[in-house]
Amino acid sequence: MAQLLYGGAGVVLFALGLWAFLVYTPLLRKLIALNIMGSGVFHLLIAIAERGELPPDPVPHALVLTGIVVAVSATALALAMGRRLEEDEGGR
Amino acid sequence: MVDSLALAVSVPLVGGLLATAIPKRAQALGLLASLVAVIAVAWVLVGVWQEGSLRSELGGWAAPLGIALVADGLSAALLAMAALVALGVGVYATGYFRRGDAAAHFWPLWLLLWAALNGLLLAADLFNIYVTLELLGLTAAALGALTGSVEAVSANLRYLLVGLLGSMTYLLGVALLYTAHGTLDLGLLAAVIQPGPVAASALVLMTAGLALKAALFPLHFWLPPAHANAPAPVSAALSALVVKAAFYLILRLWLDVFAPVVTPWAASLMGLLGAMAIIWGSWRALRSERLKLLAAYSTVAQIGYLCLFIPLLQALPPGSERDDLFVALVLMALTHGLAKAGLFLAAGLVQRDAGHDRIDDLGGTAQNMPATTFTIALAGTALIGLPPSGSFIGKWILMTSAIESGQWWWILVILVGTLLAAAYVFRVLSRAFNLEPTPRRFVTQARTEVPALLLALASVAVLGLAADSLWRLLGMGEGA
Amino acid sequence: MSLESLLPVSILLSSLLPGVFIFLVKEESHILRGVLNMAGALIKLLLVGVMIWGVYRGEVYETRLTLAPGLDLVLAADALSVLFVTLSTVLWLVTTIYAIGYLEHSPNRSRFFGFFSLCVSATVGIALAGNLLSFVIFYEILTLATYPLVAHRGTPDATRGAKIYLAYTMSGGVLLLVGAIWLQAITGPVDFTQGGYLGVLSEGLHGPLVAVFLLLLAGLGVKAAIVPLHGWLPQSMVAPAPVSALLHAVAVVKAGAFGILRVVYDVYGVGLADQLGLLTLLGILASTTIIYGSIRALSQDGLKKRLAYSTVSQVSYIALGASILGPIATIGGMVHLVHQGIMKITLFFCAGNYAETLGVHNVSQMDGVGRRMPLTTLAFSVGALGMIGIPPIAGFVTKWYLGLGAVEADAHWVLLVLAASSLLNAAYFLPILYRAWFRPEPDSWPKESLPQGRFETMGALLWPPLITAALCLIAGLFAAAPFSPLEWAELIARREYL
Repeated sequence: MAQLLYGGAGVVLFALGLWAFLVYTPLLRKLIALNIMGSGVFHLLIAIAERGELPPDPVPHALVLTGIVVAVSATALALAMGRRLEEDEGGR
Repeated sequence: MVDSLALAVSVPLVGGLLATAIPKRAQALGLLASLVAVIAVAWVLVGVWQEGSLRSELGGWAAPLGIALVADGLSAALLAMAALVALGVGVYATGYFRRGDAAAHFWPLWLLLWAALNGLLLAADLFNIYVTLELLGLTAAALGALTGSVEAVSANLRYLLVGLLGSMTYLLGVALLYTAHGTLDLGLLAAVIQPGPVAASALVLMTAGLALKAALFPLHFWLPPAHANAPAPVSAALSALVVKAAFYLILRLWLDVFAPVVTPWAASLMGLLGAMAIIWGSWRALRSERLKLLAAYSTVAQIGYLCLFIPLLQALPPGSERDDLFVALVLMALTHGLAKAGLFLAAGLVQRDAGHDRIDDLGGTAQNMPATTFTIALAGTALIGLPPSGSFIGKWILMTSAIESGQWWWILVILVGTLLAAAYVFRVLSRAFNLEPTPRRFVTQARTEVPALLLALASVAVLGLAADSLWRLLGMGEGA
Repeated sequence: MSLESLLPVSILLSSLLPGVFIFLVKEESHILRGVLNMAGALIKLLLVGVMIWGVYRGEVYETRLTLAPGLDLVLAADALSVLFVTLSTVLWLVTTIYAIGYLEHSPNRSRFFGFFSLCVSATVGIALAGNLLSFVIFYEILTLATYPLVAHRGTPDATRGAKIYLAYTMSGGVLLLVGAIWLQAITGPVDFTQGGYLGVLSEGLHGPLVAVFLLLLAGLGVKAAIVPLHGWLPQSMVAPAPVSALLHAVAVVKAGAFGILRVVYDVYGVGLADQLGLLTLLGILASTTIIYGSIRALSQDGLKKRLAYSTVSQVSYIALGASILGPIATIGGMVHLVHQGIMKITLFFCAGNYAETLGVHNVSQMDGVGRRMPLTTLAFSVGALGMIGIPPIAGFVTKWYLGLGAVEADAHWVLLVLAASSLLNAAYFLPILYRAWFRPEPDSWPKESLPQGRFETMGALLWPPLITAALCLIAGLFAAAPFSPLEWAELIARREYL
């Protein structure tokens, strides 16, 4: 039950993030939306790691850890590029 | 024992790290790493040629926790194409980036991109593919923005965001598959997958994500500005390799992993999108004012050709005809990779010589640089699909299949696409005939012109006349 | 690889390799470029000589390269290909000499001669192509190689003419491609076979086979300038004279006509083509083109334009010969492949000489040129009289065999076409000859570039038309000699109608 709740929440988060990404133009909102989408997928992955009596499946955990690292670096690059644009526009 | 697969990924990676650590020597280190990486790829190629396929587990850790690398004919062929393009781009870059700091920024990112690409082509499971795909997207966007101009940064920021959206969608599909089958290994998944709602939604999600990255019509909108505003060596790599990598994954998924899930209806939809990409991309290329924009739109059209194969492949039963068609698809992808790299590199030279790349005003430059104009002509031959290029053979086999399977309507699309391509290529070439003074020699700047010329020449002469060995490499046809 | 299998590819490479090197030659080293050109042309001539002798004795020459499973690039020599190879090799040699003289001091010569060589290589490839795939490959390469030649001058007119040329030939090319692919989808990979290879197919395929023929004919008809696909030819007259000579007599137009011969004889076979009603269609198209071209030629004042419409008309004699059932008409069509080539190239050389030496571009400016340039005008007269069909010049032989063949096949309407066309030929050529020989010289020429000396113009410009005019006479006078074009055409016809 908890697994379903957690996984369902993940899917809802993903959908919310997607909606926000498509609807809002500002870079920051788009980035936050992408991160929310990412969290949604990570939720889902954590939820499926549960295996009842057995210890949780380690593979999804490894996936989530890697995924978080990737998401952080992507966000950082996007922020850097956004800042570059803002500087250029400010300089005009 | 040293492992050729691991080397193909690690050599550019280590080269990239070294180039980051010692920026003053970035160029020398980068070239050295490129050479070693090409040798490593050649080693993989020889291995696959002899053994059919290679597999290795990194550090002796078995799947699912370890990382496995696999090379079959398809990945080896793309690996080799990438290595050729990378070598060409590398040599070209030494002549193209005149300022030291531009080279110092270019090389680390570029080698990282190459490492990610090789990793992606050799990855054996869906999650490693995700990681390499993200890495590819990040480095590609960073490289594309290297000039720092507002157009380049904003186009590539959009590319980055779109790419992230694609990756997230792809990752959700991966999560669904893991829920249902408990494995991420491509081979194991292909064995257990069953048609059903989970598999179908995973396929849709992953394809949508990858289609965004492969710039499949109508998700191509980000590509033209991003590719047209990047520095020339980067545009070449983006158009020839990065887009191709995403398409390679679509191909893997549709033909290997999800083969039982794919319905004729879905395959026809891919074909239809491909057809629209061909017409729309070619038309926009014809209407482009700028040479690099033309080249970028032509990439959109060429990806369309590759999609056109999917409904025909789906309709054919396993057998030699299907094998031929599949190799023809790979042949077209390879030809396009080499030709488009050559075209972008040449376009970069034209742009630098003329100070702009507006096609209508290129007269003097086109006539001044015979070797570069020749490169555009050769690459154009391959893009149109005229003999003796590899894409001529690809199109011949594609049209044969279309007739034999009764799906003759694709032929009309190919014909229109071919004529439009001829129109946009010759629109550029006709600028080379004018009353400007005669150039004194064929090659004016060997370091930049020769790599571009050789890449374009390879797409026409080598891939066209030696295409038969591709059948052998992919383990198909009579040779196998 | 045996020596026999290397000969066809060597003939191809003997112009391709010099062509590639010529691109790399520095613009000012014209001696090196000339040596490359002439060496290639002479080696090719030598190799072709070996091939003629071998094919005559029944040797088999074949180079085969597998491009993909079921797709072979085949270069092979049969009697028909030898006819076309010889024609293009001899005329290439002559045209090269002419072009070196004609383009002296003009810009972009490395580019010009590079593509010139590629163009001849493609033509030789077409001649030697052993199956439809190889034919299509070289046919498309020919389009690519001739475009730069048409656009060479770089004037707005030239680029416009080249654009029209490209639009026609590319559109024709894709139709040919579809036809070839469709045919291969039906039959699988088959090489050209004397007598055709479709005759053995079942009845049920007649519909597709007719459709395929129409596609192939549309593709080939563009280059062969069959009405209504001829529109590019008068437009591409903007090219330099050696290019026009090559386009009209050797390469492009001939490639289309040669392709029609190949398709009718070695793919469909005359029997099947006749049974499907395709020969009648071809005959009607050819006759229409013959008459239409001649009528249009009447009203052209530009000399090259008049010659262009004359080409439209004359090349269709080849297709006409193919469309009449029976070996005699076949001989007439095949031999005209050569005869039209040598006569038309003579006329274009002369037209180029008038333009280069005197600045004369129009028929109305030609009063008295015979006195100023007697040798050139003599060559021109031989070519023009041959076109009309006056014995003993080559053109007469063609018309004689076409007429005989038509009588033999009970196709009497062909005689009407021949008569009408000869009258029209006379009507547009004889006034030129009258002006040239019998009208007085004007006080000054439009743009005289050479003072009158011992010779009327440069040697490199004068010798080629004299040589080809002599060939026209020899081909007519010694038509029955061994290895004459006529004898060779009879050899082909014997092999086709086994």
